[in-house]
Amino acid sequence: MTLDQVLVTIVGFALVATVAWFFWLKPSRGVLAATVSDGYQEQMVLVRGGYTPDTIRVAAGKPVRLLFRRDETAVCSEKVVILDFERSADLPTGKVVPIEFLPAQPGEHEFTCQMGMLRGRIVVEAA
Amino acid sequence: MNSTVHKAAIDSAKGGHMTSGRDLGAPISAALAARPSPADDRQAEYRTLMRKWWFGAAVGLPTMVLSYPWLIPGLRDVFVRGSAQLWWLWLAMGVASFAVLVYSGNQFFSGAWEALKHRSANMNTLIAVGTGTAWLYSTVALLFPQLFPSAEMTDVYYDVSVVVTALVVLGMAMEVKARGQTSEAIEKLIGLQPKTARVIRDGVEAEIPVDEVVVGDVVVVRPGAKVPVDGVVIDGTSAVDESMITGESMPVAKAPGDEVIGATMNTTGSLRFRATKVGADTALATIVRMVGDAQASRVPIQRIVDVVSGYFTPTVVILALVGFVVWYDFGPTPAFAYATIVAITTLIIACPCALGMATPMSLTTGVGLAAGQGILIRSGDALQAAKKIDTIVLDKTGTITIGKPAVTDIVPAEGFEAEAVLSLAAAAERDSEHPLAAAIRDAAAQRGLTPPELTDFEAIPGHGIRARVDERRLLVGKRPFLESAGVKGAPLEADAARLADEGKTPVFVAFDGRLAGIIAIADPVKADSATAIAALRRLGLRVVMVTGDNRRTAGAIAHQVGIEHVLAEVLPQDKAYEVRKLQLEGRVVAMVGDGINDAPALAQADVGFAIGTGTDVAIEASDITLIAGSLHGVATAIAISRATMRNVYQNLFGAFVYNGIGLPVALGVLYPVAGLLLSPILAALAMSFSSVTVISNANRLKRFRLREVTP
Repeated sequence: MTLDQVLVTIVGFALVATVAWFFWLKPSRGVLAATVSDGYQEQMVLVRGGYTPDTIRVAAGKPVRLLFRRDETAVCSEKVVILDFERSADLPTGKVVPIEFLPAQPGEHEFTCQMGMLRGRIVVEAA
Repeated sequence: MNSTVHKAAIDSAKGGHMTSGRDLGAPISAALAARPSPADDRQAEYRTLMRKWWFGAAVGLPTMVLSYPWLIPGLRDVFVRGSAQLWWLWLAMGVASFAVLVYSGNQFFSGAWEALKHRSANMNTLIAVGTGTAWLYSTVALLFPQLFPSAEMTDVYYDVSVVVTALVVLGMAMEVKARGQTSEAIEKLIGLQPKTARVIRDGVEAEIPVDEVVVGDVVVVRPGAKVPVDGVVIDGTSAVDESMITGESMPVAKAPGDEVIGATMNTTGSLRFRATKVGADTALATIVRMVGDAQASRVPIQRIVDVVSGYFTPTVVILALVGFVVWYDFGPTPAFAYATIVAITTLIIACPCALGMATPMSLTTGVGLAAGQGILIRSGDALQAAKKIDTIVLDKTGTITIGKPAVTDIVPAEGFEAEAVLSLAAAAERDSEHPLAAAIRDAAAQRGLTPPELTDFEAIPGHGIRARVDERRLLVGKRPFLESAGVKGAPLEADAARLADEGKTPVFVAFDGRLAGIIAIADPVKADSATAIAALRRLGLRVVMVTGDNRRTAGAIAHQVGIEHVLAEVLPQDKAYEVRKLQLEGRVVAMVGDGINDAPALAQADVGFAIGTGTDVAIEASDITLIAGSLHGVATAIAISRATMRNVYQNLFGAFVYNGIGLPVALGVLYPVAGLLLSPILAALAMSFSSVTVISNANRLKRFRLREVTP
């Protein structure tokens, strides 16, 4: 094996490790949804190539309102689905679309686009 | 398009208060006015993508030809390898292809960047890295050839970045178009909603927007006009075409007291009706909401796909890196060029979209197709379960029969008059909600009889009624119920058997400890029950009838409609148990009932069908709701479920096989054995083709032939 081959091999596998770490071992602190005047825990979610924030922390037992705003025309993100709470909504570009649900128990739930490519998490914490 | 969302969109546009994703607080028509809709978004997106495709194609064609000038007579003498002319040509191509990446391919780069910010990767990442690498490699080779050890390595790959971008953009455009077709069904449903209504207020008839109609308004519908909201006819007669909601092709006669459904078409006469449901409560709004929810739900098998697709894209990036290293270390010379091309091809050929779209596209089409037939499938779970059923249990009353029983014969015992028997029975049944009780009361009323007053009334569900008339004991019910109280049924045994054999239900009446007579009640079989049951049997299902009737009556009805398996004398509360028993035999059971009386059995069954619900479409206990009353809907629903699930499996199989074969070929596994290495341009073609194939296959479901299930 020549020196350049050794170098390419080392750099290649270092990149493999970086890719795995970058995409699969991301920390997920998340954003805590704020409680607004009507008692809802509310969080704006920007839809653009993904969900921002993609991890939302809420307290169990209090109603949650996620306000989705899609800022792109790519068809991938035209629908958002929160399967565990049986909620879904179409997201017309530029409109704010609210989805409400009541998380009764602590736990983790996903929200995704219809194809499951864009993903976000709702972390329900004990109140 | 989802009305809920439109409603929400309006609220937010007004800066008003927000409602839940399901809570339709505003009229659906107002929701319809909201723009832009996802359909409009899709149109705009399609036009943009097509413009990008044409630009990419216009640059791509000459770029492809001029990338290999030494292959073309005439050009090979002008653009000699190593010549200044060729260098300038390639530079021009570099600039043109950069323009294509910026204009046609910008969504890949911005999408990849947005995803990267979320530490996630998607199709954009793969295409952006693939086309970007090809362009960068070419540009470095062109501008700094001294960095490369051999002249062979300084060929450019601008054609790869341009043609791949153009082809993938074209694939996306076709995908956007095809996606619009999958959601056509729900858009068609929403389009049914009339915009205005003619109402009479303060004695004046006026045309008002449909969302201003309130419950209690008197609405006028002229011949040829649409019924604007749900209501009950108060004046006039007509025939109404309800096919758009119920799937039943024959117009339905309407007279005072009958229900009308909003969005159906009045045909011959004028009607006045009182509005009972408006806005979000109408049958149409409920249907739209249920269909939207079902289309967004998941088929259980999708959960496996979700796990795979979560790892898919980063895995492809890793495979491309590994491919690069392996080809660099062990590949032929020029190793760097080969390794780069292999890595690019691997990134381009992987198609996470085909995987992600495989089930949602089929589900959306299948659920929409069913809705067009008046069949509401609640979720992907119901659809997958409906595909697996092998046994179907039909409740007799209201499912196989019309559900409106009438008295056909009265056989008095010796010493009793027929009218006295009917009168006593009507007294006993005065407060009962049993369908047979209504038949007896109606028969007594038609004969002008006045039932005697009762004391000590007691109803024993599923058996009969015990009461007293002037201190004398009155029993009305099934024969075993009377016999358990010491009444002999023997004197009329032959009559009871004869009536039962005719498919009639004999009700025994005993007065003062003696049998007074038998009242025969028959519930006519629906005209199309026999053909529908034949269709179910053609689907390979074991058809079972369950009824509270005695064995003879049940057997007679079953014989009329061609059912072999009968569960007779089943008490209402035991229907769920009978379903459970069939499940314990290893059968996957569907139960068909009216959705209210049969709720426990519907819930126990693997799939519960509520039939003939009319405007009361949102029945919780059922997995599948048939708005119309025909049993044919059950066969159609099962056939659609099977076709949809077959489509899902085809799509998933296709997506997995495509990626399973495409990725190794792109990585060059065929090179050592056959000397085959895939070009990135072919990879782009295959990738675009694969996602378009998935959607086209889902759209193929729309051509599903209903005559496959109806004779």
